[in-house]
Amino acid sequence: MVGNLLIRGMLVGILAGLFAFGFARVFGEPHIDSAIAYEEAMAEASGEAAEEEEELVSRETQAGAGLLTGSVVYGAAIGGLFSLVFAYVYGRVTSFGPRATAGLLAVAAFIAVVLVPALKYPATPPAVGNPETIGERTELFFVMLVVSVIAAVVAVALARRLWSQLGGWNAGIAGALAFIVIIAIAQYALPTVNEIPDGYSADLLWRFRTSSLGMHAVLWAVIGLAFGAVAERALPAGARARAA
Amino acid sequence: MSDITFAPEIRPVPIPVREILPWAIFGGLLMILGIYFVGAEEGATTLFSSLSTHEFVHDARHLLGFPCH
Repeated sequence: MVGNLLIRGMLVGILAGLFAFGFARVFGEPHIDSAIAYEEAMAEASGEAAEEEEELVSRETQAGAGLLTGSVVYGAAIGGLFSLVFAYVYGRVTSFGPRATAGLLAVAAFIAVVLVPALKYPATPPAVGNPETIGERTELFFVMLVVSVIAAVVAVALARRLWSQLGGWNAGIAGALAFIVIIAIAQYALPTVNEIPDGYSADLLWRFRTSSLGMHAVLWAVIGLAFGAVAERALPAGARARAA
Repeated sequence: MSDITFAPEIRPVPIPVREILPWAIFGGLLMILGIYFVGAEEGATTLFSSLSTHEFVHDARHLLGFPCH
């Protein structure tokens, strides 16, 4: 049954990846092009343009097949992980049906996996970021991601523990508060990364970053809405709640 | 009216952990490998000594918010 859920999760993830690709292609790509144009203008101004960089992969491929592959592989992987967490959470952490469980889980995961890490270490367009610090920045990004996911797990466990004493509403507030406190400490303690060149367009940066969040929102929305309906058919009748 | 309720009539039955665990290990590793190739290969760390994976998924990596270069 879990294997079946995993496959369904990956298929839903591929679908979500296709939607995310469509969004990124329309709303994200123009900003990448602007950023690359800026990068080239800067290089030209500093006189480095003489040696044209050899292109391993053309821009068309990067913005087409490359973006599609990246989105779909990422979507499939996220969908697969989502289905595994769903398999644990369903009937255990909530008593909701598959659709509501999947929807709530997707909202929580979007906050913990995307939003919170992005607040500290937001997406950067081309021409932002020193190649020499890529290792350090990648490390910090994943540390923030792991802390955020652990904080979410702690928050949910705490809320469930307090549920019977405080009632659902107050237990929920207590859990959310615990999440915010852990995240606040982590984001205060972790070093800030700012490698934006002087004079870089603030508007471009903002638009690029919102389109990045939009791409993730599309991905998680499709997973959250589609997975419950798809999983419903994989769960045995006894494990299924009547009301969705 | 008393039969109209938001609470599900049948409580969903949890899937036993020992049933989930093998899939979580096998699937989890596979999924993380997929995310690694989209997000970090030939950026911070390198398994293959070329830049073709990095360049191919370049735009997706930027837009998905992974540190790219």
